[in-house]
Amino acid sequence: MAISNIWVVVEPSNGSLTTTSLELLSHARTLSSSVSAITWGDQTAALAAEAGEFGATTLYDVGPLNGVLPGVPVAAAIAELVANVGAPDAILVPTSYDGRDIAGRLSARLDRPVLTNVTGLADEDGLVTEHPVFGGTLTVKARFTGEGPGIIVVRAKSFVVEPTEGLAANVVAAPVGVAAFAGAATITTSHVEERTGPKLEEAAVVVSGGRGLGEAASYALIEEAAKLLNGAPGASRAIVDAGWVPYSHQVGQTGKTVKPTVYIACGISGATQHMVGMKGSKNIVAINKDADAPIFQIADFGIVGDVHKVLPALIEALKARG
Amino acid sequence: MNVVVCVKQIPDPAAPQSLDAAHNLDRSGKLILDEADTYGVEMALQLVDKAGSGEVTVVSMGSAADVAGLRNALAMGAAKAVIVSDDSLRGTDSLGTAKVLAAVIRRDLPDLILCATESSDGYTGTTPVQLAELLGLPSITFAKSVTVEGTSVKVDRQTESGYDEVTAPLPALVTVTAGVVEPRYASFKGIMAAKSKPVEVLSVADLGLASEVGPAGARQAITEVVAAESRQAGEKYVDEGDGAEKIVAFLESIKVL
Repeated sequence: MAISNIWVVVEPSNGSLTTTSLELLSHARTLSSSVSAITWGDQTAALAAEAGEFGATTLYDVGPLNGVLPGVPVAAAIAELVANVGAPDAILVPTSYDGRDIAGRLSARLDRPVLTNVTGLADEDGLVTEHPVFGGTLTVKARFTGEGPGIIVVRAKSFVVEPTEGLAANVVAAPVGVAAFAGAATITTSHVEERTGPKLEEAAVVVSGGRGLGEAASYALIEEAAKLLNGAPGASRAIVDAGWVPYSHQVGQTGKTVKPTVYIACGISGATQHMVGMKGSKNIVAINKDADAPIFQIADFGIVGDVHKVLPALIEALKARG
Repeated sequence: MNVVVCVKQIPDPAAPQSLDAAHNLDRSGKLILDEADTYGVEMALQLVDKAGSGEVTVVSMGSAADVAGLRNALAMGAAKAVIVSDDSLRGTDSLGTAKVLAAVIRRDLPDLILCATESSDGYTGTTPVQLAELLGLPSITFAKSVTVEGTSVKVDRQTESGYDEVTAPLPALVTVTAGVVEPRYASFKGIMAAKSKPVEVLSVADLGLASEVGPAGARQAITEVVAAESRQAGEKYVDEGDGAEKIVAFLESIKVL
């Protein structure tokens, strides 16, 4: 049973598609000769060129959402497409705040199962998904057994982004009825928090802090070291749960997956929950006062010491280099 | 105002975990209330307090052989608990779970449903939104703060670049991130009171559900479980005042500096 048709939900962000969306398009192309994309918003022309460049032949355009959270209207539009043009073999969705909303809504609406936290996808006489479990020490492989389309939610950084010579995708309107907007959750104001330096998922250097920092105020050391290395600050679940830093900083199973050139774990013991989000890093440096902390089992370079001494010294050394 | 909090009892994440012969997570050991759910319970208690009337109900699915986790939520201040416990539910997927929870919650629809953004064990993160869709309710995920004003809920929702202020009419479903509130510790009085609070145990048949839940309803199969590529430990030094210097040298060696 060859894969004849894959749809990919591609997320707009400031007039272009998110990196994870491009990863999914690139990989979908290797599985199927027919890849269509679904997006929304008011900048579809620019998105059609990008979607085409990465392999989509058709771009279904849900149109402006006027502040309504994408989950309900985009899922409604996809369900309508399935009814009108027939179901694809699979629908790929990026793991993101809105991606999971769309996948969940669509799953319930179509009464089709959803496989989440997918990090690998291959055609083995039907699509087989890979999911990391227990901190990424085991990989579970799964497949859908019922009628399609299966909904597959893929984690960031699972596939390589590769452009093609493709022409702009053919834009097809896929509007939703007003019913999808009635009583929906609506954005009233957006707040953009100022960020200096690269995004956590895209930074070549990530400096992350954990419970070993002792108190919220010490997170400033993480931010300063990250800045000096032109990197991004990250965090373990423990200090996010404690309210020291927002959820957007969290690296791990419940959080972001990062694969930087170097990941510097400071005062992080290495719970399986954390490891799954960073063990794909090219190099791992760990600073922890407990010589037996699990983080040292996967660290390329470990310093057994107090983060309150090592980090300030590291910051001074980096400053001295200018 | 009445609030339902969906909670899950999970194997202690700090204990070693394994899969059973059917590739399901081994849940035979002691179960605890998922820490991710304690934020929802706390948020619900604060919202009901502020509203001045109503109560918090926790709803769960899983084995009722051990309900210590539910008692924990009751000890924090929830009024009652409902758990759907049935051998036929083993192997239920996220959509099946949502169908079970929807069947319970539909019996007496609250003003607000709170969930964690995802459980700490299965971490699919889709059950809350599937539940909202099945109930025909609006949903707001990844809440950093939640307030109820009249007949609507206002949420600061985490985004990639900051946060959005989002509003939805009640009844609605909201998922809360960790750290939004400080979950209270159960007081001695609370623990004693929890012992006599009602815990209703329901079966699949009680809810009029059948094969749409359980492994058949999941319509997915695990085909294989393989060991992932593992990393090897590298060099390790005890800091003798030269730790930072050594890190700088390592960063130079990998050309980051």
